[in-house]
Amino acid sequence: MTNALKLGLAGMLCASAAMAGEIKPKDVSFSDGAIEQSLTGAPGDPEKGAMIVGDKSMGNCVACHQVSALADVPFQGEVGPPLDGAGDRWTEAELRGLVANAKMTFEGTVMPAFYKVDGFIRPGDAYTGKAPSGPIEPILSAQDVEDVVAFLMTLKEE
Amino acid sequence: MKFKALTAAVAIVALPVTVLADPDDDKLIINGEIEMISVTKAPEHVENLDTIYSGWHFRTDETQALQIDDFDNPAMIFVDQAADIYETVDGAAGKSCASCHDAVESFAGLHAQMPKVDPETGKLVVMEDLINECRTERMEADAWKWSGADMQGMVALIGLQSRGMPMNVAIDGPAAPYWEQGKEMYYTRYGQLELSCANCHEENYGNMIRADHLSQGMINGFPTYRLKQAKLISRHNRFRGCIRDTRAETFAEGSDEFRALELYVASRGNGLSVETPAVRQ
Repeated sequence: MTNALKLGLAGMLCASAAMAGEIKPKDVSFSDGAIEQSLTGAPGDPEKGAMIVGDKSMGNCVACHQVSALADVPFQGEVGPPLDGAGDRWTEAELRGLVANAKMTFEGTVMPAFYKVDGFIRPGDAYTGKAPSGPIEPILSAQDVEDVVAFLMTLKEE
Repeated sequence: MKFKALTAAVAIVALPVTVLADPDDDKLIINGEIEMISVTKAPEHVENLDTIYSGWHFRTDETQALQIDDFDNPAMIFVDQAADIYETVDGAAGKSCASCHDAVESFAGLHAQMPKVDPETGKLVVMEDLINECRTERMEADAWKWSGADMQGMVALIGLQSRGMPMNVAIDGPAAPYWEQGKEMYYTRYGQLELSCANCHEENYGNMIRADHLSQGMINGFPTYRLKQAKLISRHNRFRGCIRDTRAETFAEGSDEFRALELYVASRGNGLSVETPAVRQ
């Protein structure tokens, strides 16, 4: 076996181990709104997180929040508070909880839950307006949430 | 001079939100003579608002301008077509609208009271129901599709006869249970995004959500010409679009649920002038 192949196999094993260790939306445990444990066990990628925060088809966080660090993303909303300095105001565990289900921190908040699959009223099949054809997927995957949290942790006031 | 220009440019870049926030204080006067009530005190049954605003106040100057002169209003083509249809015989009974009704001006005031409860059936009816009932029962013609150009043109033509009159739908007596149903829907957080009408249009009007300036969601301008879709849009079509965008299984146009929601949302605008056909983004 070549070294390259060995490395490749090791990588695959790591990936599947991470998948197996993933915390499913229904198994997430909150403490005072925060989620202490990483949803994947793998560190988040802040660059991917930045992409998810700004992308309309992903997190689309900027629809409601302003993020100065993403100044090139147009049309930032003002329904929620600006995210500048979020990494100072919150711990990683608190941010994970806010992204997964902010209602566990702020009762009645307008903010949607991005890692939740049940308890909805008339949930649809994404944005089709139709009834779902199968089980509901969370809006963001476990790794997406970790990536977003990693990005938010970089938002420090200077 | 150069420095001043630069400062101004920086200020504009730094404050895009402040420029767009809140309803503007322009005055809506149509054709230089019809003074519209586009801002007024909220009716007592709207508990969480002090002042109600027409959606016109949340649009850009360019979009606003299209509504203040009927020659510029792109919806008027469809209204003119409806005026022709009003006189045109259709269906097995060999009748047009004009066969039974006086000139369309005789409908002045009707739109301001719609939806309302039919005293014979006890059912809540909207303008589309009245039009299709005439078509199928008296003209023996085919019913029109809810959001079709024929139907919405006719709804707008009849509505136009009430333009400027304040909306005044009844919410008590036989309308009360429908109104309660609509109110319940207005505050229900539908879909995977768990958003109610109120989350955006009561708690966040005046704020930007992505590129959209959130209004109070008033329907006094409907059917409204939407530039995005380049046609007259029905109230139920807009409700459907909003609920769909919460990642929900929406309700159908012409459903009893949307009739009830229409009554409730119309009642939130009691006191605002009928504006149809309005122009929106």
